[in-house]
Amino acid sequence: VTGARDPLPGAARTRLAVAGARAGTASVLGRTNRADRVRELAFLTLLVIAVSFALAGLAALLVWALAKGAPRLNVDLFTQGPSSLSPETAGYRTAILGTVYVIGGVVLLIVPIGVGAALYLEEYADKSRWWNRFIELNVQNLAGVPSIVYGILGLAFIVRGPIDLGFVAAAGSATLALLVLPTVILASREAIRAVPPSIRDGALALGATQWQTIRRQVLPTAIPGILTGVILAVARAIGEAAPLLLVGAVTFVTVDPSFFEGGFTTLPVQIFNYSGRPQEVFQVLAAAGVIVMLVVLLAMNSFAIWLRNHYEKKLS
Amino acid sequence: MSARDIAAFGSRTGDPRPRLEAASPRYGEKLIFVLLALCALISVFTTTAIVISLIVPTIGFFGEIPFADFLFGTDWAPTFADATFGVLPIVVGTLTVTFWALLVAIPVGLLTAIYLAEYAPARVRRTIKPVLEVLEGMPTVAIGLFALYFVRPLLEDVFPFFPWGGPFSVGVAGIAVGLMIVPLVSSVSDDAMRAVPAGLREGAYALGATKMKVAARVVLPAAISGIVAAVVLAASRAIGETMVVLIAAGATPQLLAPWEFTDSIQTMTAFIGTTATGDIATGTITYDTIFAVGALLFVMTLVMNMLAIRLVRRFREAYE
Repeated sequence: VTGARDPLPGAARTRLAVAGARAGTASVLGRTNRADRVRELAFLTLLVIAVSFALAGLAALLVWALAKGAPRLNVDLFTQGPSSLSPETAGYRTAILGTVYVIGGVVLLIVPIGVGAALYLEEYADKSRWWNRFIELNVQNLAGVPSIVYGILGLAFIVRGPIDLGFVAAAGSATLALLVLPTVILASREAIRAVPPSIRDGALALGATQWQTIRRQVLPTAIPGILTGVILAVARAIGEAAPLLLVGAVTFVTVDPSFFEGGFTTLPVQIFNYSGRPQEVFQVLAAAGVIVMLVVLLAMNSFAIWLRNHYEKKLS
Repeated sequence: MSARDIAAFGSRTGDPRPRLEAASPRYGEKLIFVLLALCALISVFTTTAIVISLIVPTIGFFGEIPFADFLFGTDWAPTFADATFGVLPIVVGTLTVTFWALLVAIPVGLLTAIYLAEYAPARVRRTIKPVLEVLEGMPTVAIGLFALYFVRPLLEDVFPFFPWGGPFSVGVAGIAVGLMIVPLVSSVSDDAMRAVPAGLREGAYALGATKMKVAARVVLPAAISGIVAAVVLAASRAIGETMVVLIAAGATPQLLAPWEFTDSIQTMTAFIGTTATGDIATGTITYDTIFAVGALLFVMTLVMNMLAIRLVRRFREAYE
């Protein structure tokens, strides 16, 4: 029958059509295969298990050290030297002092050299020259050289050989400094590269020399990033023991060390020394040393992470 | 045309434009350039010094011990009165530790990287990454103690049917080293996966792929050179690790099957660490042995690191 009234007004018909189309599309494209959904869930579970494994490993390490070392967390731990006769009151006095000396030397060496090398590579080096690319590749390679090989270098070149310092804290400093230098250089380069080129161009356009531009503009902007790299490198140096075994940090040091003469030891080496003994009391002592070391390292790490986050927010 | 030419041209034509050269020779600037270049050169000196300090005693060593006896000998007792210098036992020991370490680190690190790159919400990512960095920066002495005094007894409780012997076990040391290198595998793989362009993922989603298929069949193959680099770097780190094996794997140089788990072994690094701590006289054959083993270790890790650097550069070039 022509002219009969449409049972639905136009707008409602459109709405119905859209809803129908949507339902049709959803039924085709939104249909997730049951097997797919199960597989998806299983995969996600697997991922979460993997992540938890790593996190649980770290947590177990921390809890174990705390539980095992807690009985020896007392003043003796810091004020007493090592002793194999009375391990109940033995401590890490000389080892902590040794660490302070060695790490002090490391900081004095790596800050100027590391930042200087990074500035050269980022601000001065012409990358089209083979020797600059060679230096870059060389730094990357040094970052992967095993730490014990640096110990060999320290033994042959710094303790004996051309530099001939003997088995002293200064030799430990120089060895560890060479070990962590690539870390400092790579981190400082990242920080310097993150400084916007417009800042450099502005300074140069105003007549500043290249060094004035670097000193007044680039370095102040890059300082937080560089500092983060230095802190992480120093944290690594504090925990490092293997190269120090070769440059003389193994002797049982009972007198306070000094920088250029006399035997020295550091916290991780002393811990290693205690760990080699079968008696339970030395295990507890070693675990207590681990706690001391971890507290220092976690504090440094947290500060570095905070610094980086703070800095990233500011730049972006 | 240099700045000087332009200035000269200006003066000839009577153009009052200022000279573009510096007013003074700027010796200070040049001095600073030289100082900074010296800082950068220290890294080259370091490499040279490492090579020299390894090569000179190594040549002395091979003057007394035939090369083939060293490389293919199966008996390692360089400090004994009746010394033998077959390096194979400690090389195989090193590879055994690396095998167990990678068996842990590859699946855990890779799955962690997939989770971080593809699944984790930004907030979770921001929490997990620093925690993994803490694990990466953990002193190796602490990990070694943890392995010897916690993991070893724990595994003995869980698997009492394993042939546990003394306190030292190559497998336990390997697992501990594996835990230590998980962050290395995960961070390098994570970087590689995040460098894969979003367009590849969107294309796969548009074709109806599920999230898992996108991760496993699109992102993973696209990031494969970075992932291989991560594994190579991790293997190189495991080979060079000293303190964990020194504490947890013992000091018994013996030639075992590479999948041996509960026995005590010695690695190349552990040999250097234990031998060099005794105050041995320079010039003796034992002293030179340290350097010969060090040279072998250096060459092994150098080859792996070069390979990894090359692979990383490839994925950077492909997508950036």
